[in-house]
Amino acid sequence: MNPRELRGKVAVVGVAESDELGRLPHKSALALHMEASRNALEDAGLRPSDVDAVFTSGRNMANDVPEYLGIRPRFVDGTQIGGASFLLHVEHAATAIASGLCEVALISHGESGYSRVGMPSVRWGPDSVNLQFEQPYGVGGPPTRYGFVATRHMHEFGTTKEQMAEVAVATRKWASLNPKAFLRDPITVEDVLNSRPICWPFNLLDCCLVTDGGGAVVLTSAERAKDLPKQPVYVLGTGTCVTHQMISQMPSYSEWEAARVAGELAFARAGVKQRDIDVAEIYDAFTIVPILALEALGFCKKGEGGPFVSGQRTAPGGDFPMNTNGGGLSYTHTGMYGIFLLIEAVRQLRGECGSRQVAGARTALCHGLGGIFSSAATVILSTEPSP
Amino acid sequence: MAETTYRGPVPVPTPETKPFWEAAKQRVLLVQECETCGHRYFYPRPLCPRCFSSRVRWLRCSGRGRLHTFVVNHRPPKDFPLPAPYVIAIVELEEGPRMLTNLVGVDPDPKTLRCDMPVEVVFEDITEDIALPRFRPATEKPDEPR
Ligand SMILES: [Zn+2]
Repeated sequence: MNPRELRGKVAVVGVAESDELGRLPHKSALALHMEASRNALEDAGLRPSDVDAVFTSGRNMANDVPEYLGIRPRFVDGTQIGGASFLLHVEHAATAIASGLCEVALISHGESGYSRVGMPSVRWGPDSVNLQFEQPYGVGGPPTRYGFVATRHMHEFGTTKEQMAEVAVATRKWASLNPKAFLRDPITVEDVLNSRPICWPFNLLDCCLVTDGGGAVVLTSAERAKDLPKQPVYVLGTGTCVTHQMISQMPSYSEWEAARVAGELAFARAGVKQRDIDVAEIYDAFTIVPILALEALGFCKKGEGGPFVSGQRTAPGGDFPMNTNGGGLSYTHTGMYGIFLLIEAVRQLRGECGSRQVAGARTALCHGLGGIFSSAATVILSTEPSP
Repeated sequence: MAETTYRGPVPVPTPETKPFWEAAKQRVLLVQECETCGHRYFYPRPLCPRCFSSRVRWLRCSGRGRLHTFVVNHRPPKDFPLPAPYVIAIVELEEGPRMLTNLVGVDPDPKTLRCDMPVEVVFEDITEDIALPRFRPATEKPDEPR
């Protein structure tokens, strides 16, 4: 089967977050999975017994989640490529559904990213290559490694901290229109530049939130989707790529190779062009990430991501609506944020977004990030199976 | 000596990486070179990550390189021994491969640091067995002890 034949064969029929998002010390990671999955199945008009495929990510979760949810999948996938995992799962789910291996796929995410309740501990051993060749130099949280890319991009292309700050400001404007967003007070470029230094070139407001929450997405065949209550949102094309795990092995620090490959695959399979995208949900772990993603995905030329996001172009009212839920920077960021890109894109395409609705949105791009620019997965969705 | 007092993470070599750490103890920086395809790489692996050949040899580096990119970290991990802020760097070695390291002997001020500035290796004994390669701005005096 040619991957282009997958176009429009499978649809998203349900999306939801957990009941609450934010700081939730009273809920475990698995409880967040369960809430989100119940809500997404309700949105889809389906019961747990309809689900025959479970996709999830995180250590041992492909075993833990079906048991906790009481679902017995005949197709299961626990692929873990960080925050991009759930977009990769769309690709795998679409493939499995289109080939008849399963019929109703549940992609489930739950993470107690802030409160760490019921979270598996994942640490590299002292003889791992990470501990031998990176940890001794004081790399810690993600800012210490994402920053290498920002610094090199600034050096090669003249990208500025002000341009990075524009991303945070625009994203916060969208968050102010989303009642579920964790941070909603308006901020300025100055606020970003004057926020606490974390790891140069990042200040606090260049960095995503750390929250608890869950999200889930339900997919089925385009055929079956017609009988379900919500307007189907069709999977037009997907692409995935992984290039490295340790940041010292990143092929280039001034372009995001994994994103370029994933994006090219997704656009080719979807049969649409960049100009056809009405709304973009692009993983924003740090303000530099969307800048590199926009270049890698072909929305602008290499090196021009900084100017592209200037002048609040990605904000409400701008001509490139991006991260319309408020993104990982202001809405929520549980650790593996990718599922929330899909949830927002589907709501935008269904016209359910109220004051933050992008008028006439018909085609949306979701772009996920995993690791430290390690992996990328792109999903293009549409209101029509073959626009 | 330092073994009981050093608080940071201490690498534990595996069979594949042991020659690198043994050389570092002797103030020698090693990378690997594939004799089949010519690819030079770091960190150490038993097969060439470009062509999977097992004909790989250790290559002694000059210790010189360039600061490819960097960050200035204000929030060190618990028990990290360098005082914050400090510079974490990606250095591109004269021989080609890149490695993650610290840039020391500089003000941790992004205004005074620039990508591609010349740097050279310095070794710090952190335990009896492990010496960490770090880098400092290159001096023009090649005979200065490292
Ligand atoms: Zn080779």
